[in-house]
Amino acid sequence: MEYLYYPGCSLKSSGRAFEESLLAVFKSLNIPLKEIEDWNCCGATSYMSINECNAISLIARNLAIAEKMGGTDLMAPCAACFMGLTKTKNYVETNPKIRENVTADLKKIGFEFENKINVRHPLDILVNDIGTDKIKSQVKTNLKDLKVVSYYGCQLVRPFSPFDDQRDPQTMDQIVKALGAQAIDWPLKTRCCSGTMTSTLSDIGTRMNFLLLKEAKERGADMIITACPLCQFNLECFQGKISSKFGEDVKIPVYYFTQLMGLAFGLPKKEIGLHRMLSPLYSVTN
Amino acid sequence: MTNQKEEIRIGFYICHCGHNIGSIVDCPAVAEYASKLPHVVVSKDYKYMCSDPGQELIQKDIREQGLNRIVVASCSPLLHEPTFRGATAKAGLNEFYFQMVNIRENVSWVHEDKDLSLIKAKDLVRAAIHRVAYHKALEKKKVPVNPDVLIVGGGIAGISASLTMANAGKKVYLVEKDATIGGYMAKFDKTFPTLDCAACILTPKMSSVLKHPNITLWTWSEVSEVSGFVGNYKVKVTKKPRYIKEELCVGCLACVEQCTFKEGKFPDEFNFGLSKRKPVYMPFPQATPQVVVVDDKTCLHFKTGKCPQTCMKACDRNAFDFNQKPEVVEINVGTVILTTGFKPFEAKRATNYGYGKYPNVFTSLEVERLVNASGPTEGHVLLRDGKTHPKSIGIIHCVGSRDDKTNKWCSKVCCMYSLKLAHLLKEHSGAEIYNFYIDMRTPGKGYEEFYDKLLNEGVQFIRGRVSEVNDWATTPDEKGKLIIRAEDTLIGRVRRIPVDMVVLSVGLEPAEDAQDVRKMFNISCSNEGFFLERHPKLAPVSTFTDGIFIAGACQGPKDIPDSVAQAGAAAAEALALIDSGHVELEPNTACIIEDRCCGCQVCINMCPYKAITFDPDKKKSSVNEALCKGCGTCVASCGSNAIFQNLFEDEEIMSELNGLLIE
Repeated sequence: MEYLYYPGCSLKSSGRAFEESLLAVFKSLNIPLKEIEDWNCCGATSYMSINECNAISLIARNLAIAEKMGGTDLMAPCAACFMGLTKTKNYVETNPKIRENVTADLKKIGFEFENKINVRHPLDILVNDIGTDKIKSQVKTNLKDLKVVSYYGCQLVRPFSPFDDQRDPQTMDQIVKALGAQAIDWPLKTRCCSGTMTSTLSDIGTRMNFLLLKEAKERGADMIITACPLCQFNLECFQGKISSKFGEDVKIPVYYFTQLMGLAFGLPKKEIGLHRMLSPLYSVTN
Repeated sequence: MTNQKEEIRIGFYICHCGHNIGSIVDCPAVAEYASKLPHVVVSKDYKYMCSDPGQELIQKDIREQGLNRIVVASCSPLLHEPTFRGATAKAGLNEFYFQMVNIRENVSWVHEDKDLSLIKAKDLVRAAIHRVAYHKALEKKKVPVNPDVLIVGGGIAGISASLTMANAGKKVYLVEKDATIGGYMAKFDKTFPTLDCAACILTPKMSSVLKHPNITLWTWSEVSEVSGFVGNYKVKVTKKPRYIKEELCVGCLACVEQCTFKEGKFPDEFNFGLSKRKPVYMPFPQATPQVVVVDDKTCLHFKTGKCPQTCMKACDRNAFDFNQKPEVVEINVGTVILTTGFKPFEAKRATNYGYGKYPNVFTSLEVERLVNASGPTEGHVLLRDGKTHPKSIGIIHCVGSRDDKTNKWCSKVCCMYSLKLAHLLKEHSGAEIYNFYIDMRTPGKGYEEFYDKLLNEGVQFIRGRVSEVNDWATTPDEKGKLIIRAEDTLIGRVRRIPVDMVVLSVGLEPAEDAQDVRKMFNISCSNEGFFLERHPKLAPVSTFTDGIFIAGACQGPKDIPDSVAQAGAAAAEALALIDSGHVELEPNTACIIEDRCCGCQVCINMCPYKAITFDPDKKKSSVNEALCKGCGTCVASCGSNAIFQNLFEDEEIMSELNGLLIE
């Protein structure tokens, strides 16, 4: 089945490696994707806290576009987009006042909004629709010595958790196992990456990332995989600074889970955005 | 007695029910409105119609004003229809000349708008007044009550109820699905707050049940079919094959010793998997009856057919029978007491507490077995490796209780049993004990004092819900320990406490098969799935099905004293019913007009209660009034219009509708 695709801003900018690897992996699994036309912001920026009602209408416009395009499932890979769209769908579904407001707003710009699109995350689609068997069948590279910790971050499972356990999510680990690598369990799967604090309150932000990186190394991981562009950015970009600040080497590759899939599938490095990453994964790529 | 030719004289009464109705519905206005409706002779409002003066009002008007129909607008008929029918009858009128209008549950409790409520109340009243004119005099039938009783579930509630009924001279059938009676109480070490040994107080009761001449005990059995009605239930009990002739086994255990499996290999249900058992086993040393059971899911004979059957050869009483099949026994009873108990919350569902992931996270029930002298560690508190003594233990309250994500209700017993376990763990291991609680709930005789005692024993109490249990060590000391992370709401800080062992105080849930049992006995459940009592305050052990009573944790989380008290109450209710000798059946049954019946038998298939039979000679169907529950399905299904139902005759329903729809 064809999935509609909502990229969001990150996947077109700082998280280009996510989009590149995602599209490549979906292509090799023969899952057709169609990017929705003229999409707008998912609401992850501050306007949600300034005027929630208008923000919801704005986000719902994306759902309305998807509806108009005739799809049933809209895929949002970025964790923040996924949460924003899920939240919007949920609010419209459960609050009659919001529904009325959103429907009226969207009517003004020519949409008959019915809120019938399912918001899906690629992890959900890969594990629950496609299945790990199909993923397994595509694996070309032997990853059995690779130890991987999966880092889910907060927004994939909180406050909504439509496809995974809220407190001990498993889907990314399932994919790691299907790829033939070793999934290392750790209790920090959903612990905060500090969000924007690496720039606003850098002392706190870097410390939070230090704890995550240190524990991943402590558990013997060769790499961290994630499904969120902001988590990926926070965990990857400050490693040098964190290492010198805390006097401990915490350098470790931080990739998108789709990049690991691409590696396992034997896709060309450039197609899965490996050239964009700061820390190379020598054990696999060389 | 009035008849249809007589002038219809209706008395209408509306009840304020204090503020319950009066604050939303303008009762005097409704009374004023009703006074102008056809045939209404008297129309009054009164603060409490159900009170003695309220009932007196009706009776006085019947006598003085010659009323022959009565309508009361008040609460649900479930609550006070019998009251007002009684008042009507007391004044010499047939009680079925009465009609009730529910303007409390259907109007004042569910609406806020006073104007609209007034309109709705008037509509409902008008419908009832139109209907009551067509009511006929009916008589209740009396049916004798079978004095035998069925009790389902052999935990402490079932045991108590059985003994009470049997001691009163009634014949009791006690059906238990496990191989032994005793339930959860048999697994506990001590009981709170007195700390007396659970086995010491329970096992004498268990053997009394077995020995009692009035009690027939069927273990390893389940109720498979129920039919009939109050006073006259027909019940089928399926005795599952235990592959042992119960009457021959003396519990010598020679077969268990000689089983092909030299060591226990399968998780022992009684010890929650902390020890292993063989396929042939005695659930626990004091199991009642002392009869072993063969588990056909693990027994080599049933799995491969190639077992040397050393167990059977070891039995000098020839009690083995590998060809046993399920056996169905049919019994007749007048009353039923359901004491089917609860299910502990499955700890794995609270994924943040790591049960099943970290070996040294235990459930409270596992710990009951660990501290028990006859448990798998003979009372030594040991970690899952079977040898390490924990030096620090965290007990987490409210696991699967008071939680939006799992169960919203308070499981009521966990605070007290957590305190008990804290005391026992400290006593047995000397470890440092931390209790993490949301609120400490210790209402009950001697309960708060027990909490006080624990506070003085040096057990640590931290007020706050635990967010997670993990193995994230941040210092070398913490390596290998479990870290409990919780907000201490009394000091306003998040705390991390490393411990060797975590105990999850799991809550209580409706039993696995509660829905099946509910459907079989035709009773209701509350939202969360516990059996619903007829009235939360005034009929706590009755159900909406007459003659079926409930007691113990099947009705909601309950400790041992409460379960035993309820069992006593249920037994008393059953005894009252039995000793009254007969039950009165509601006359709202269906009736087939023989002349019109064409013998098509459509109604027979439609009847959910098997109340209709066909007479092949006459080629007519007829309704057994004792079995008919008055659902009306047959009436609607009859193509010849040959079936009518008392109190729901066409003209009564049409007139009620007409009254509702006209302005």
